[in-house]
Amino acid sequence: MSAGVLVVAEARDGELRDVSLELAGSALALSAEGAGPVRILLVDPDPDRLAGALAVDGVEEVLTVASGTESFEPHVWRAAVAAVIDSVDPALVLLGHTVDGFGYGPALAAAGGFGFASDVTAVSWDGSPRARRGAYGDKLEAELEFPDKQRTVLMLRAGAAEPAPATGTAVPARAIEVTLEGVARTERLGLRVAEGDGEVDIAEAEILLSIGRGVDDGGEVERFEELAARLGAQLSVSRPIVDAGWASNARQVGQSGKTVKPRLYLALGISGAVQHLAGIRGAETVVAVNTDPEAPIFAVAHYGAVADLFEVAKELERALA
Amino acid sequence: MKILVAAKIAASLDEEFELVDARTVDPDFVEWHLNEWDACALEEAVRIREGRAAEGDEVIVVCVGEESAEEGLRGCLANGADRAIRIWDESLPGADALAVASVLAAVARREAPDLVLAGVQSSDAANSATGVAMAGYLALPHVAVVKHLDWDVEAASATVKRELEGGAVELLQVPTPAVLTIQTGINEPRYANLRAIKQAREKPLEELSLAELGLEPAAVATAAGSRTTALTKPAASGRAEMIEGSPAEVAARILELVAARGQG
Repeated sequence: MSAGVLVVAEARDGELRDVSLELAGSALALSAEGAGPVRILLVDPDPDRLAGALAVDGVEEVLTVASGTESFEPHVWRAAVAAVIDSVDPALVLLGHTVDGFGYGPALAAAGGFGFASDVTAVSWDGSPRARRGAYGDKLEAELEFPDKQRTVLMLRAGAAEPAPATGTAVPARAIEVTLEGVARTERLGLRVAEGDGEVDIAEAEILLSIGRGVDDGGEVERFEELAARLGAQLSVSRPIVDAGWASNARQVGQSGKTVKPRLYLALGISGAVQHLAGIRGAETVVAVNTDPEAPIFAVAHYGAVADLFEVAKELERALA
Repeated sequence: MKILVAAKIAASLDEEFELVDARTVDPDFVEWHLNEWDACALEEAVRIREGRAAEGDEVIVVCVGEESAEEGLRGCLANGADRAIRIWDESLPGADALAVASVLAAVARREAPDLVLAGVQSSDAANSATGVAMAGYLALPHVAVVKHLDWDVEAASATVKRELEGGAVELLQVPTPAVLTIQTGINEPRYANLRAIKQAREKPLEELSLAELGLEPAAVATAAGSRTTALTKPAASGRAEMIEGSPAEVAARILELVAARGQG
């Protein structure tokens, strides 16, 4: 009988990613609800250098697999995690809902015939796992069960759970040998980190005026840059504006852009996709203007107005003229 | 050369909507449109075919969806797909990402494409799972969140840029056939002109049942990763304090907030 929770920690280029300890925190809470012992697995080119950072009280064991690769490779990770699942036989496997997670988690679950859900925002244990996630663009929440599944893989949204405190208390570590012969390989040819941009650093801005899909004309972007300047703000944007080529990636807020922490974040015409909201968790005050009263941004904003952003912008310009 | 593009006709809810039971939204309040990420996947496939201009090259779009999906698929044909396949079965409403992926995988087995493209995610369910799950069923290589694709068909190798968190990009090589999930921004999907829309009416749109794909509904149900027991509206707590009034009043309140809370 499968039992316990296996947490798959995540590292990139020698650094443990924050989601790892969040997954551990969720796993320990599940364990307290009766899910069984918690093990943390780290697959990495050199896992021993990071095993210490996973020393979390209450964890039964830290398992390590040396990937034999230079960096993350989806097929190697999938094969390694599948082999450890076979060996440890957990009832529940927790992965981060992250870019690396997207890269192999669904294939792992499909090939294994496991229960599965991604972008999970809450998980609980009642003899078997229960999960909650958004539906219809987060306008609804779905409650999920995993009937007839011995093992379930859940990909948890980053930032959705409190991280377990890394206490430094030594947790027994065990290296697991995994045969990776015949596994398809990708080869990393290069890595380009976010462009440093001398002119803008939205991550450090105190006030951000942020525009999104509601601004549907590239010719209008300059106008908002001017409005931002008059407000003493920097201009930031959500993904569609960058996709359209109207602003550089350096101004993008969200999972694939920057994480920002302004005192005030004024979102004009941003509906609030999960990936965007991930970038504004550190904002002290969020003010949102959107024509859709059901836009998810209003669920995280402190102040909101259902209004046309151009009309509000016009009034702001008039008041600041 | 054959590229299979997995497309979803995604739902968006009207501002006001109702549930017909604990797990189902009243379809009267749902609008359907081609998932934005899949439009980019299709555009990428069509550009590859156009770039090669080789006889017999084919872009096939496949969709698991009911009859209402046909309009979206006609749109895909107008935007350059050579033919479309729609799979439906009365057992499929509510199918989750793994169940849908198992059906798409059966189509991929039948078509034996040289490359499979899917969107990173859908705008409604946002699983970020279907494409890579499909690769899991097919035991094909896979890369998720691709924002640049350079495919050497003859060498059976693709060089892709994978978008990481925080604006970083990883350049990597993957052997093909492979399943790649495509991120928005990789291209700007075209708008079909009237001629293309007319031509699309003549292109093949095949409808298949699960049985015609050699699939048992029970096997597809077993592939499902989860079962939705309830749909609820998120708790109202934590919702914004709404600013009422004219645009001028909204602007005035925003300026007050900027003054009060924007500075240290």
